[in-house]
Amino acid sequence: MRCDFADSLLHLYFDVELNGRRAAEFERHMRHCDRCGTELVDLEMLRDRLLLAQIYEPATASLRRKINAALHAAAPTTTASPPRLWHWLAAAAALLIVALLLGRVGPEFHNDDYQADLAAEIVDAHARSLQPGHLNGIASNDARVVKGWLAEKGTFAVPVHDFANDGFNLKGGRLDVIEGRPVAAVVYEGNGHPIDVFIWPTRERDSPPRTGSRQNFKWVDWRKGKMEFCAVSDADPVAIEQLHHLMNSSW
Amino acid sequence: MNDLDAEDRRRFEQLVLPHVDAAFNLARWLLRRREDAEEVAQEALLRACRFFRGFHGGDARAWLLQIVRNTCYSWLEKNRPRELMVEFDEELHPQAVSTPESMAIANEDRERLSRALESLPPHFREILVLRELEGCSYKEIAAITSIPIGTVMSSLSRARRQLHSALTDSSQGACP
Repeated sequence: MRCDFADSLLHLYFDVELNGRRAAEFERHMRHCDRCGTELVDLEMLRDRLLLAQIYEPATASLRRKINAALHAAAPTTTASPPRLWHWLAAAAALLIVALLLGRVGPEFHNDDYQADLAAEIVDAHARSLQPGHLNGIASNDARVVKGWLAEKGTFAVPVHDFANDGFNLKGGRLDVIEGRPVAAVVYEGNGHPIDVFIWPTRERDSPPRTGSRQNFKWVDWRKGKMEFCAVSDADPVAIEQLHHLMNSSW
Repeated sequence: MNDLDAEDRRRFEQLVLPHVDAAFNLARWLLRRREDAEEVAQEALLRACRFFRGFHGGDARAWLLQIVRNTCYSWLEKNRPRELMVEFDEELHPQAVSTPESMAIANEDRERLSRALESLPPHFREILVLRELEGCSYKEIAAITSIPIGTVMSSLSRARRQLHSALTDSSQGACP
């Protein structure tokens, strides 16, 4: 039997990347889960083995000598040519382009690093889910089944609806971890494109939709009724907006 | 190299040089050959020296390792591009080796671990070296490799799984 925690939280726990509350939660889970217990022992054995075998290779004496010699060399080395004007111009142009892109993609975001990081994480989670073999959830077009599965495996209730009549077919749901906290993802398919809607509880007030893009993916993020939603897909942005409206009016 | 004035050079020696071991170790595991690692680590250090004025404090190790890994990948692209494409190096797939009994068990395991680690794709090797040998946090790994934290997490678990199975393969028959 597979364990969803084993894939998402085990390594975070092992690497001391979970906060106190989440770590305690995982420890409670581990008392009843043999698989996680066994895997944790395996991870510890592997780490001990790497340490005991002393495979860390410190710098060679000759490398240190060469670096010291270069650092104290009187004459300029061939590798250290002074920066030319066009280098600076190119760098300045690149910065300008980045600034323009940022301004265009998400005007509400550019002084909100946290939100931008979060969006990046969500897009990556979506991209990961498209990799072959990535299935950590339930495939079903029955909203009640998906909702039930998410409620059973997750720690919070998630609204799930099928919008097949509006062109968005429910494909299933899964659990993921974004920035160390569990999130639910409800998976739709619209016009041949997979659309993930990530959902997690929030303490923040309702907020209107904010949009952005990263790589080839667009996302729309909004908050309603103490839940945060983020829909992400490579589908037409209009379609993602439409799904947002459908979900917003049914929650 | 002498772009730096005396004060900068003192700071460079104080902040960056303590991490030469980390730089060499990462290059050694990314490139798999010590001679190449020495050459590339040296080049990375020279580069670090040249860019040092752009370093405004913070984590000097992460800053240096970022330069090292970028230099390693550029070097691989130029000299051994095939390695960046292979998912799993069959030639280096660890085989069960029968070693003379006189050989110390630690050495034997060291050899087996090295071969198993070298059989993984470069980005898995890199992430394992940073986490297990350098003790970097996920945040530091994300900064060094310029990949998002979520990807660090998922790559690390996949890398560990691959290393584990490479080791299991190599020990079959050798130690029952």
